[in-house]
Amino acid sequence: MREGMVRIPSGCAISGIISTKGIRFNGEAINRSIACMHERSNGLGGGFVAYGIYPEYRDLYALHLMYETPQARGETEEYLHKHFTVHQAELIPTGNATGIGEAPALWRYFVRPERKETENGPVRDNDDYVTASVMTINSRIHGAFVFSSGRNMGVFKGVGYPEDIARFFRLEEYEGYMWVAHGRFPTNTPGWWGGAHPLGVLDWSVVHNGEVSSYGINKRYLEMFAYRLELQTDTEVIAYLFDLLHRRHGVPLDLVCRTLTAPFWKDIDRGDEREREVYTALRRVYGSAMLNGPFSVIVAFNGTMIGLNDRIKLRPMVCGRKDHFTLMGSEESALREVAGDLDEVWHIRAGERFIARLEEGVTV
Amino acid sequence: MRNYLPPEYIVHIDQDRCRRCGECVRTCAFGTLRFEHGAWRQAMSVFQHGRDDLERVFDRIRDNVPDRVAADNKKCVQCHYCVAHCPEGAISIQPNPLAYRGNHHWEPHHLKNIWLQAETGGMVLTGSGNDKAYFSYFDHMVLDACQVTNPSIDPLREPMELRTYLGSLPDALEFESGPEGPVLKTRLAPSVRLDTPLVFPAMSYGAISLNAQKALAKAAVSCGILMNTGEGGMHEDLYPYAHRMVVQVASGRFGVNPGYLRRGAVVEIKIGQGAKPGIGGHLPGEKVDEGVSQTRMIPVGSDALSPAPHHDIYSIEDLSQLIFALKEATEYTKPVSVKIAAVHNVAAIASGIARAGADIITIDGFRGGTGATPLAIRDHVGIPIEMALAAVDDRLRREGIRNRVSLVASGGIRHSGDVAKAIALGADAVAIGTAALIAMGCRLCQKCYTGNCNWGIATQKPELTARLDPDRAAENLANLIRGWSLELKEILGALGLNSVESLRGSRLRLRGVGLSDADLQVLGIRNAGVGA
Repeated sequence: MREGMVRIPSGCAISGIISTKGIRFNGEAINRSIACMHERSNGLGGGFVAYGIYPEYRDLYALHLMYETPQARGETEEYLHKHFTVHQAELIPTGNATGIGEAPALWRYFVRPERKETENGPVRDNDDYVTASVMTINSRIHGAFVFSSGRNMGVFKGVGYPEDIARFFRLEEYEGYMWVAHGRFPTNTPGWWGGAHPLGVLDWSVVHNGEVSSYGINKRYLEMFAYRLELQTDTEVIAYLFDLLHRRHGVPLDLVCRTLTAPFWKDIDRGDEREREVYTALRRVYGSAMLNGPFSVIVAFNGTMIGLNDRIKLRPMVCGRKDHFTLMGSEESALREVAGDLDEVWHIRAGERFIARLEEGVTV
Repeated sequence: MRNYLPPEYIVHIDQDRCRRCGECVRTCAFGTLRFEHGAWRQAMSVFQHGRDDLERVFDRIRDNVPDRVAADNKKCVQCHYCVAHCPEGAISIQPNPLAYRGNHHWEPHHLKNIWLQAETGGMVLTGSGNDKAYFSYFDHMVLDACQVTNPSIDPLREPMELRTYLGSLPDALEFESGPEGPVLKTRLAPSVRLDTPLVFPAMSYGAISLNAQKALAKAAVSCGILMNTGEGGMHEDLYPYAHRMVVQVASGRFGVNPGYLRRGAVVEIKIGQGAKPGIGGHLPGEKVDEGVSQTRMIPVGSDALSPAPHHDIYSIEDLSQLIFALKEATEYTKPVSVKIAAVHNVAAIASGIARAGADIITIDGFRGGTGATPLAIRDHVGIPIEMALAAVDDRLRREGIRNRVSLVASGGIRHSGDVAKAIALGADAVAIGTAALIAMGCRLCQKCYTGNCNWGIATQKPELTARLDPDRAAENLANLIRGWSLELKEILGALGLNSVESLRGSRLRLRGVGLSDADLQVLGIRNAGVGA
């Protein structure tokens, strides 16, 4: 049984750190933070995402792939060469780490899209082209899985405790301005590396603690817009909802958050006319996109980290600030592990979000 | 031969308890009960002498002191009015135990209908919904609940939202920035807000009494939901409640005028009805009194038979014209609903209706009620609402037009569990007609078409309609809506949801028990025991 064949409820630990000045730092801090919450995981999944780690390939899409067979790699590379200009292909460096079982072959490719249309017709831009290609590889090539596809960022994940995964991928050797981590407590054994989190599409990544009780309708809603939910995970749903609402429908990011964790009618009714109109319309038009049930989520994309908590705060989520760092996590301990003397620390309130962005003018 | 028809029910009067008050004799509109004096006469007969004197005494007192109540069993429809009102609880009614030669093909009701038709040469009429033993999909679906991995939510301690809107929606919203924050740029189509996802469906003045309509209207206002005029127009006594009323336009166009259309909250085109798909309305002239005549704009005592099709709608493009004619008449301020019966090709029909410009589609399944319909139609035409709803919701989603219309499901919804299941299959709201009548006292005797409703609901006889107190009945209806809403909140909480839109169309929260693979496929649900 692997991810996508069944839906696996999980409990989890999440953690994230961003330097709003865009200063890059290595993977040690995030690893200490997530390792501190060891008991929230059970060794069946851990992962990280780092932004700003490939400045030398800033304009190229970095595809991270896992292969279960040599044939899968052959087929995939053939596909990549046909559809992209591959500037660099290499093994993802790994080291010895205890607690890690048999790993798939892990490769990365820095590529530039070469065509303007997929077999399903023309695409609007490179992002759509890459997304379509990733979906094609993941659904058509048996034993191959693209688990990271953004620019100047990368996902690193596998089956194990997150601290072991960090050692395995030698994350102390990477430097990024934003890191997000996930430790997983699935209720049964997926035993598949692709099923670990974070989940990424382009430079969007999502880590999530909780179980989305509205998964059934969220999935059917996304399917109306041709999304295929291959992994059957809540994380996938959240990532695609951000993609649909923000990237495709152009809903402002803050309102996307307010759609997924919609305010209660009693609060909407108390607002002024503009607010009532905005939120009533959001709830009516995007009611099927509302996330219900317990969750805390960190969504990250180029230059931005968003913490989001469910409507009645059924999962923990803490934010903190220290100098130019903003930290988020399932527990305050995970923040204090990294910065014992936080300048500021607060809980994200029920249904609320916190958005941390790179300061104006900072480039990464 | 009618005289040879055995009675359906046997009325038993407990003569020891009966105090001969005459309540039952006076009130049975079907004339089942009467006083009898036979026992007196028999007792008198033992006197040999002075009989004439005794006869005289008896004649004087017998009208005041009847000796017993007797029943003409053949007239009893088992409506329980006498049972409920007998001060001594002396009346009971049993099905006639009369044995027929056992036959799995020719059941007693088949024989009785043949005898009836052999005598009358007419159609067998009936009222209310299909009562035959068709398979119930509702009874073979079960809901999910949270355990451990996600917490259930306690509606007594947390907010729990049932608010629902009916109306057409765009696929996406556009915003522009304003000084205070983003401002909505998209203009939404007109809609109507429901405080709970329930509505009262079309039951016309004519089919039911004005008091019954008043009760529905008052309850709709107090519960923040909708009632529906049905095809009989709107009596002016109901104008104060019009902002919570759906005004129906059916093929007979009874009572339709510009004021009527503008008065309502929603305009509904009635194409079909679950109890009688493909045929028109049947209001017998007996029920057309002065009030009905005024409201429907037809002569007193004339049969109001609305045509089977709308004679200006012979195809989907004609429907579109009527939809927009009604929108023009109401200056695009009200959503337009189209009500159809659940038939085999309902998914494609609904898709066409959505594309024709409707804002709401009401689908009425084959268990849906009626005031009058041929039995042959009621019991043999149409499909279950569960299947129709699942197919329509699926089709609209596959075509990417689900947002364009709201779906209202009706036809045999019996309790909040059915409501929750219908919502999980994809309904925006659920219409409850028969349940509403039952809340007002209806016993489902199925004799609505006779106009003799003892409970004052499906009748226009002043002595009968006076029995239904609209305020009391409105309170009963509001209680029902409140009770079901509370139960819906409990169901949502158990599912770990705090808002009804998270259940709407979430078929993963349903499982089938004892259904075939084909059933599961149409319903779009998994079998019990299969995990998420």
